[in-house]
Amino acid sequence: MPLPSLELTDIRKAFGATPVLDGVSLTMEGREFIAFLGPSGSGKSTLLRIIAGLETLDQGEVRLDGERIDTLAPGDRGVAMVFQHYALYPHMTVRENMAFGLKNARVAKDEIERRVAEAARVLEIEEHLDKKPGQMSGGQRQRVAIGRAIVKEPKLFLLDEPLSNLDAALRMRTRIELAQLRNRVDAAFIMVTHDQAEAMTLADRIVVMNDRKIQQVGPPMEIYSRPANTFVARFVGSPAMTLLPATLVDGAGAYASVRLGDGTLVETRVPRAGLPPGGALQLGLRPESVKATPDGGTSAKVDLVERLGDRTLIYAHLQNGQAVTGEGPGASAVQVGDTVSLRIDGAAAHLFDAEGNGHHAEDASA
Amino acid sequence: MTAGTERKNWSGMLFVLPFLSAYLVILIYPLLRGMMLSFQRVDLFGGGRFIGFDNYARLFEDETFLRSILATFALALMIVPILTIAALGLALALNRATRGAAFFRGVFFSSSVLSVTIVTLIWRFVLAPDAGLLGETAQALGAEPIPFLSHPTWSLWALAITTIWWSIGLPMMLFLAGLQQIPGDVYEAAALDRASRWTTLRRVTLPALKRTVVLVIMLQTAAQLQIFGQAQLLTGGGPGGATRTMVLFIFESAFARWELGYATAAAEVLFLLIVLLTLTQYVTTMRDSEGKNGR
Repeated sequence: MPLPSLELTDIRKAFGATPVLDGVSLTMEGREFIAFLGPSGSGKSTLLRIIAGLETLDQGEVRLDGERIDTLAPGDRGVAMVFQHYALYPHMTVRENMAFGLKNARVAKDEIERRVAEAARVLEIEEHLDKKPGQMSGGQRQRVAIGRAIVKEPKLFLLDEPLSNLDAALRMRTRIELAQLRNRVDAAFIMVTHDQAEAMTLADRIVVMNDRKIQQVGPPMEIYSRPANTFVARFVGSPAMTLLPATLVDGAGAYASVRLGDGTLVETRVPRAGLPPGGALQLGLRPESVKATPDGGTSAKVDLVERLGDRTLIYAHLQNGQAVTGEGPGASAVQVGDTVSLRIDGAAAHLFDAEGNGHHAEDASA
Repeated sequence: MTAGTERKNWSGMLFVLPFLSAYLVILIYPLLRGMMLSFQRVDLFGGGRFIGFDNYARLFEDETFLRSILATFALALMIVPILTIAALGLALALNRATRGAAFFRGVFFSSSVLSVTIVTLIWRFVLAPDAGLLGETAQALGAEPIPFLSHPTWSLWALAITTIWWSIGLPMMLFLAGLQQIPGDVYEAAALDRASRWTTLRRVTLPALKRTVVLVIMLQTAAQLQIFGQAQLLTGGGPGGATRTMVLFIFESAFARWELGYATAAAEVLFLLIVLLTLTQYVTTMRDSEGKNGR
């Protein structure tokens, strides 16, 4: 196992009487790419700023490659940051923007030139080196901001919503470039984002944050297929997972069967053993495990249809009024107001107990 | 379509008419009337007689007037740089969201609220060599008090100090406004770039304040070239005319010697000087940065 690069130990932070981080601990393994994913106000940006040194912490420790850094000035921590709004120096040229930090660190002049030229070549901004940020497009400024971080050759890159200011096409391209950049440099990455697609595609591990705490840490597919609780289940995945109240059906089998409010019986592959006895449960269903079929399923009335080309999303409600999201083939002829049969794939279903903790099928990687 | 557009234009004119008429009556008309007066021999109580450029010719042979130009420029040179740097320093020191900073912003702005009469009165108490604060202090320390109000050079400094104390509020506020326009994340980037406080000031803050600096210097130059009240009340133009500023000269010509045409000609010269100077400042400072701003 590689050496831990960044270690966060029991980080606590409050702004006045408002707590924003409540005992956050995390260990990064080697040069991995981690995404902090969460809604606004979940504390993910504050955590990033604490690592960068732009925010003080009330309690806890930050270590990078074994060295304690939370007591150091931001510039001495061996981290580089790419800001959401780029934060370029408007009165300096691109070259000066990238060289500024190196000059302040008294790096030799020819070394500065070498690093700036290399970064400019990699980011394809060589012809813009003598422009000022005001003369460049958003995407070009983003590259300069990344370049300014690269030339510092940091141990850890901190990216604060790096793609949120770009239009959709540019965002896709920059996402790919970030992935390539990550393979080229010997450094760890932390990216703050509220966009799960960014987190899923770029990160080795995702840290899902909500309500001042880490909700789950894991590789993207684990976050998706074994959500630790209802928050993660609903936040990751689009459209969101359907959660239906369900009751455990008594039985002797190894796996739990549950009955929905409309009487439908769902046989899951979740081991019965780990479930709390007799408690109310919620059944979690991804849209792809609720398929429209010609016959033989649970009957539901369609509220909304979204045709995505390769598949059709069906937002419907069961006979007892509970909302459920399912899907049909791309060529589905289903219309709003239709009554459809939905076949629930119990093998891919999740169960959540009264505390919201997730219980999953033994092999739920599919 | 055309008729509709025209009607729209006319109704638009109605909205600007109140301002426009006031502007014409109290600014443009006096300006033109002043120019006409400057070509006439006219006193306060009688009709005028056109005399061409005679008033101007006389002005440039009038040693009192020429000395007043020198005194005015000397004062502006003493006041504007110190005022600009001091106001910038105060703004930098007070650009924070603490209660203390808010209190001191109020304190430093409060002098601007006073009338020139009060200001000169206060500073007379401070500067008077026999009974003033500075004089008493000097005597208590066994030193000779500085003759602030009776020495040709020191009296200019007396005016400059009084003016700086009086006028520091507005430029300080302009600088504070400019400072608050600078986005905070640029400073965070500078902190991550290991920039020292001095480097941050020099490379981040001052470049962003450039337009404000130019504005302050232009406004203050235009204002201080018209310095009048302090000179009249604190030194009366003395000693020996050393602090007779251009506006004081104009005032004396018009209302002590009743030579309205002559006074107006001097006023036109001052007007031209101010326009030329501020335009030159603007052009020289803004030429190199045109079109290169923005983030």
